[in-house]
Amino acid sequence: MRIVVLVKYVPDATGERSFAADGTVDRAAADGLLSELDEYAIEQALQIADEGDDVEVVAMTLGPDDAADAIKRSLQMGASAGIHINDEAVHGSDSLATSTVLAAAIAKAEPDLVVCGMASTDGAMGVVPAMIAERLGWPGLTFGATLSVSGDTVSIRRDGDVASQTIEASLPAVVSVTDQSGEARYPSMKGILAAKKKPVQHWALADLGVEPAIVGLAAASSTVLETTPRPPKEAGRIVPDSDGAGSAALVDFLSAGKYI
Amino acid sequence: MAEVLVVVEQLDGVVAKPTFELLTLARRLGDPVAVVLGAGADEAASALGQYGAGTVISVQDPAFEEFLVAPKAEALAQVVQSVQPAAVLLTSTLESKEIAARLAVRVGSGLITDATDVRSDGSTTQTVFAGNWSVTAQVRTGVPVITVKANSTAAEAAPVDAAVRELPVTISEASRTARIIKSEPKKASGRPELTEAAIVVSGGRGTGGDFGPVEALADALGAAVGASRAAVDSGWYPHSYQVGQTGKTVSPQLYIAAGISGAIQHRAGMQTSKAIVAINKDPEAPIFALADLGVVGDLHTVLPAVTAEITARKS
Repeated sequence: MRIVVLVKYVPDATGERSFAADGTVDRAAADGLLSELDEYAIEQALQIADEGDDVEVVAMTLGPDDAADAIKRSLQMGASAGIHINDEAVHGSDSLATSTVLAAAIAKAEPDLVVCGMASTDGAMGVVPAMIAERLGWPGLTFGATLSVSGDTVSIRRDGDVASQTIEASLPAVVSVTDQSGEARYPSMKGILAAKKKPVQHWALADLGVEPAIVGLAAASSTVLETTPRPPKEAGRIVPDSDGAGSAALVDFLSAGKYI
Repeated sequence: MAEVLVVVEQLDGVVAKPTFELLTLARRLGDPVAVVLGAGADEAASALGQYGAGTVISVQDPAFEEFLVAPKAEALAQVVQSVQPAAVLLTSTLESKEIAARLAVRVGSGLITDATDVRSDGSTTQTVFAGNWSVTAQVRTGVPVITVKANSTAAEAAPVDAAVRELPVTISEASRTARIIKSEPKKASGRPELTEAAIVVSGGRGTGGDFGPVEALADALGAAVGASRAAVDSGWYPHSYQVGQTGKTVSPQLYIAAGISGAIQHRAGMQTSKAIVAINKDPEAPIFALADLGVVGDLHTVLPAVTAEITARKS
């Protein structure tokens, strides 16, 4: 069985993230790393590999040269191979173009299962897994709190607001998993050393038969008109709670705001 | 005037508040047409008419209940083809965002998610990077598909008579693949829905696992209860109440953070709240930088005292 895990290289959420002049995410402003939410996807794929015979876990990323780090981290965690799709024409692609390229790459890689994180930590739309499923015509099992594969059946438990659902489909399928699915493993020293010898393929749009004209900033189906940093918040009132001063201040605040 | 489709969030004909907010925004773009995917259109019609939906399109198919999302997206694509609207608005829930994503692929449209405002020219405002940036954007390809966060605007009534129209759809085999084999309903908390509530009281690591004081204050204020990821990961409160990057994004009039340090993960889910109050024992907690009022103290002392005072004033 072959599992493709989609991984994204994102600016560190604890750093100073900002936008470039063209309205795209400024990837030079903050250090980059593998999106934390994708680690849960890798973990779930590795658990399937740990339990099954002959399971190959391939980490796939779409991004510039730096995105190789996301593949590297995935290999260190235990993925067996990497695919890095890198093409200048992709810069500024929206979610629709991103899903077009990834769907084409998945079709070429011919996996039985695609596992994604629930969203990236930068764009955070959480729509690419569903778009890929729609484009491939494969079942989409999204926001799984659990993931299991048995024979050619995949199932997830989806922990929704009004119900907890169990969803089942036949492979091949696209799955996304949440941060409820279980803590991701850290790379071991052995894993870090082994990663250096693992194969990484490099694909460009031409390898996928995707026309450069339908991706990138110029082809984006929505356009960013303006980006504005949030004005710094005015310092609020800080009250130490001695002799009930804190609760009194809070009651006054609630009363003044007509919340009570 | 052009018609604007509004996908209705409802249960048994009871319409959720964010749908009225969507209808209010839709009126800036054209004439709102409500779309009910599944049963409930007849029961929901008069409430939808109150907010300006002159037409309620009822779309029903058993596949909506049997399979995950894809059939609803396929049905909505057929509604879009039939109505040729100026835009499609949906609420930013997990399911509706996925419907929007699949719809955008099907009809070749641009997609904007998690908007906090939609203007008459179709441009939107989004809050990104954990609430630290504001982005204005506009769809320029196809029928704009826009999901809007709950509490983004105040719902304003504009009563019209709503006529219900059945629209038949065909669901293909390709959409019938992710089968819902089990669905266990969750017990309702009896409190306001987290993303819709005017006031949210959230608890974190500082509760030590006892959400009693948080719930008591929430009930005294008529508020929803939220929880930080630390509290959820510790098993102290269910995940569906998590506020933050991987949980709910809330934007209430008042957000009270009790025993929550204010990690970026949490701030991403509550930074756009109109007023923020923080109670924490640690004076260095990052949450205080966001707070309009910060109380440095033990929530186990502060919250019960506040709850008692509110209760006393009420009686």
